[in-house]
Amino acid sequence: MAGVAVSTTINGDSVEYLCQPDETLLDVLRDRLGLTGAKEGCGTGDCGACSIILDDRLVCSCLVLGAEAEGRRVETVEGMAHGEKLHPLQQKFLEHAALQCGICTPGFLIAAKDLLAKNPDPTEEEIRFGLAGNLCRCTGYDKIVRAVQDAANVMKGA
Amino acid sequence: MRYIRPLSIEDAVGQLAGAAGPAAILAGGSDLLVRMKGGFIEPDLIVDIKAIEGLSEIRETAEGFSIGAAVSCAVLGESAALKKAWPGVVEAAKLIGSKQVQGRCTIVGNLCNASPAADSVPALVAAGAKAVVVGPSGKRTIAVEAVPTGPGRTSLTKGEIIEAILLDKRAPRSGDAYLRFIPRTEMDIAVVSAGVNLTIDEQGVVKAARIALGAAAPTVLLVEEAAEALIGRKLDEAALERLAKVCSGACRPIDDKRGTIEFRRKVAGVLARRAATTAYKRAGGK
Repeated sequence: MAGVAVSTTINGDSVEYLCQPDETLLDVLRDRLGLTGAKEGCGTGDCGACSIILDDRLVCSCLVLGAEAEGRRVETVEGMAHGEKLHPLQQKFLEHAALQCGICTPGFLIAAKDLLAKNPDPTEEEIRFGLAGNLCRCTGYDKIVRAVQDAANVMKGA
Repeated sequence: MRYIRPLSIEDAVGQLAGAAGPAAILAGGSDLLVRMKGGFIEPDLIVDIKAIEGLSEIRETAEGFSIGAAVSCAVLGESAALKKAWPGVVEAAKLIGSKQVQGRCTIVGNLCNASPAADSVPALVAAGAKAVVVGPSGKRTIAVEAVPTGPGRTSLTKGEIIEAILLDKRAPRSGDAYLRFIPRTEMDIAVVSAGVNLTIDEQGVVKAARIALGAAAPTVLLVEEAAEALIGRKLDEAALERLAKVCSGACRPIDDKRGTIEFRRKVAGVLARRAATTAYKRAGGK
């Protein structure tokens, strides 16, 4: 199989790669580019562990082909912190212990980032609905919701 | 396998029509990639239609709306004009999957995946929506309900692509609504569902009605007798009772892990009744 040559932007950097036509963007990120933040939970768009932002839209990278990223903008969890300085969401997830095993965390962080970008002052219900596409089997969600609320307050004040 | 991203619909149709092996159309991919991963389909050719001019747009025309095949449900849900004119269609489209899936999934994909439980399809059928089909022998416009022919099957032939969904301009005093039953509050597949679209006169008498049921038969059901139960009357208790009875009777559901035949029949009537009440209010009826 001939590879597909792709030029794209990931976390602000121009990136070029070759991928197979049936290879998902998740596999490209993890296996070809070493960006292992996005996780494969289900591989069928149900768990949200592979969430990324593609041209300002939250998507599951397991449901996107690597070839489709041509000319587009990809944001992953690796782009959230600035050097040593964590994104407020990351900081609040730590402070609220909003994670245990951590597999779902990058997906939650990206989904929460997208949520707050579109709705900087969400209600608890809006947060719960907004994050319904992300599954966590450890924390039971309450700590995650509180971390997102706290981060929203910090970001509003910034 | 080959992946191509044609820039014109003619090129896309030509590539699909000329494909020797199995070929698949890719818009949002939220069904296609899952089917590929599960080994249910192994296409030799994937035709990504998102770069085709106009397919990612919602256009407001003199006749109404044209929703391109590559418009994601997230984008559709942000269209204030569409939400105002066809709130039932928009609320149905917004029920498909999670935020992540909404960012990718399309109503044309929902239609062509041909699941009996597709959320947007009953709302589109109730709305009298049409599909613009482009193929090797030209363009045709067909009713949305003519697309699915059974679970996972459509009437589309080799090389054909649905380019857009058309919704009419709204008559005054019209409203639509869609409801589904799921055992959770979010992120589930309809056990049974109902879409209702009404136009009323100044006195609140129903002038026109279309009622469609989802997950109640192998394909979406347009229940004409249910429309007859409403037309010429106000939406009073007797009309609603009759509507529910007719809808329950029209169902041909299956028993499965998500619901029994008996349950689906009953709930189809309940949902039709509730959706009709909402549609009536949206039309300005009291």
